[in-house]
Amino acid sequence: MTEILEELKKGKWPSFVKELEKTGDERIWKYYEKCLADKKPYFGHGGIVGVTGYEAGVIGRVSYGDAAKILPEFHLFRILPPAGLFYKTDALRKICDWIDKWGCKLLQFHGATYDLQAYGIPRDKLDPAFEELAKIGFDLGGSGPDVRTAACCVGPALCEWALIDTLDIYTTLMKEYIFDIHRPRFPYKFKIKISGCPNDCVSAGTRSDFAIIGIWRDDIKIDENALKEYPSEKLEMVAKRCPAGAITYKNGKIEIDNELCTRCMYCINVLNKALKPGDDRGAAILIGARARGRYGAFLAWVLVPFMKLQPPYKEVKELIDKILDWWDENGNPKERVGETIYRLGFGKFLKDIGLEPKPQMVYKPRANPFWKYF
Amino acid sequence: MAMELRDIGPPDYKKFLHPTLLKNYGKWKSHEHVKPGVIKHISETGDVVYTVRAGIPKFISTESVRFLCDLADKYCDGYIRFTTRHNVEFIVTSEENVDKLIKELEDAGYPVGGTGHSLKAIINCVGYLHCNMAATDSPSIAKALYEALYDYFKKTDLPERLKIAVSGCLNMCGATNASDIAIIGVHTKPPKVIDEVVHAQCSPMDLVKICPTYAIRPKRVKKNDKVITSVDIDPEKCMYCGNCYAVCPGLPIHDPENDGVSIWVGGKASMTKQGIMESRLLVPFIPNHPPKWEKVVDIVKKIVDVYLKYAKPDERLGEMIERIGWEKFFELVDVPFTYQHIDDFVFAYRDYRKGISFRFTKHVK
Repeated sequence: MTEILEELKKGKWPSFVKELEKTGDERIWKYYEKCLADKKPYFGHGGIVGVTGYEAGVIGRVSYGDAAKILPEFHLFRILPPAGLFYKTDALRKICDWIDKWGCKLLQFHGATYDLQAYGIPRDKLDPAFEELAKIGFDLGGSGPDVRTAACCVGPALCEWALIDTLDIYTTLMKEYIFDIHRPRFPYKFKIKISGCPNDCVSAGTRSDFAIIGIWRDDIKIDENALKEYPSEKLEMVAKRCPAGAITYKNGKIEIDNELCTRCMYCINVLNKALKPGDDRGAAILIGARARGRYGAFLAWVLVPFMKLQPPYKEVKELIDKILDWWDENGNPKERVGETIYRLGFGKFLKDIGLEPKPQMVYKPRANPFWKYF
Repeated sequence: MAMELRDIGPPDYKKFLHPTLLKNYGKWKSHEHVKPGVIKHISETGDVVYTVRAGIPKFISTESVRFLCDLADKYCDGYIRFTTRHNVEFIVTSEENVDKLIKELEDAGYPVGGTGHSLKAIINCVGYLHCNMAATDSPSIAKALYEALYDYFKKTDLPERLKIAVSGCLNMCGATNASDIAIIGVHTKPPKVIDEVVHAQCSPMDLVKICPTYAIRPKRVKKNDKVITSVDIDPEKCMYCGNCYAVCPGLPIHDPENDGVSIWVGGKASMTKQGIMESRLLVPFIPNHPPKWEKVVDIVKKIVDVYLKYAKPDERLGEMIERIGWEKFFELVDVPFTYQHIDDFVFAYRDYRKGISFRFTKHVK
């Protein structure tokens, strides 16, 4: 290893270059070293790389130029993870043994797509490698213009704020759309993310086409005894900082005007022992976020302000089906669903999929006089 | 070929949950941050579990995964969890095991921390290691930032959580559009057109459709006495997004001299308080300088210093900047305000200041 990589091995934080070294496959770090020295990557387009029966889930990388002599190909498997990213060590060990046998002994926990990524499976071994992966109980995730691997927070498994059963919704939806995950047929990718509460630990509101976010409709529950244990300065600060101005502080006590509350979770986060979300729970559905778009970044906006979510989640599946159909019909290539809606109009979209307009969908009504009657 | 093993879907999460978590599923009452890296969860049934969070490299060898599995077998009955921010989490049911586990993790070089009001693990994309688009190498930037900010990962006395993300290009795979501090790789020159490859492998009409600024036009050129179809790119309209290179290998956009990174601040993905905030541009361009990334690290350190000095309790970086004003923040961090900082794209109008309620800074002489 030359100076560049030696530099990246130093320091207190565990170094990924040391991990590359531990794989014992010098092709990987030699390739990486060349890229760093030349300040550019040498991978071209992977072409069609996949396992029989699927058109997604394998990311192909083929290098060109001098780098092709070092590392000609470097494909990865996107493995559909269990909900909440909880694992049992015997299953993880099986995955380790599997990638040791077929690939480069290198894994990634987890990719930005929520998938577990396994590196370095050669093109001619993709099929047998997949057969063996399926035998240990794992399947491939999404890639390309398809329904992507969803993401969900820890939910009721470890969190008191989980207002919906995120793990169950994730598993149900992934099983429902497994065909569309493995067979791209849409204008572009379609990401579903499921957060248990408005804290939004999986960034559903900023990074998913279809965000399911837990919400409650009734009053915040207050435990008066637990509230006494907080210093009065803290209560006063919370009352002052409440963005909706719904909290008043008086003589060591706080009062919440639930009519004004916008459910931002601020007071619940800070006074977590005393305040709890209400009992009338469900989910809000937001649509259309993407990080970098045709028009700049989009954040998700409200599509359904409240939906009761109970197994088998029929309502949410029907809504997703309607949206996918509409988008398949109207979208341009490389256009995410939010951009298609923006191009054709949110009103038209609502009418087409049969949803009524609601004031919760916008901050304010329109300020221009140019509309259509449809 | 056995096709019955297709489309089996994700494994059943119930098999991967610790029995205590299954027993208390949906019954958690509250949690507290015991110390950096340790969260105590209390259930209505009286059960208590501890989450111990440690930082791991994004790319991890099976040898290291097996080591983590050994620890999980020893202290957590064989259950382990990972987070989307590349952390590993151990769910420990007995209190005395917490310190033993922390010691073993620290001894093996995995820092324990990243909970509560601390620096969270830095998200990064795959960079040069597995990407054809990368304008910069995010894993090495993340590593350089970790070394500079290591202590903040193990402290929980920051005003609020501090999230940093690094993306190699404008596709923003590293969750950069709503992070407190975001580093994003940028190109600054339009792609070169290789007519033969475009003709052989790409559809000019598709390229015309996917270009956000309509900079691509189809053309016919004569090569070796043959007329072939290709495209033209209008350098005035191109904004170097790389959309076209993503679908067509005939339009390489990499340029070692002119690729680099940009720095963005003030994003927040959570819907708490005023809601989601987008990251905003702070530094438009710094040329790539691996492996130490001194210039990037310097500016990030400066941002963190300003944040620690001026933020009130429970205030994210973006919230602090909105309170003191962006003009003031630019003065405090001392970076130049350039033409690039003023939006001229689709939603530009919403960011122009309507009204004259601003603060005077050194920018107005």
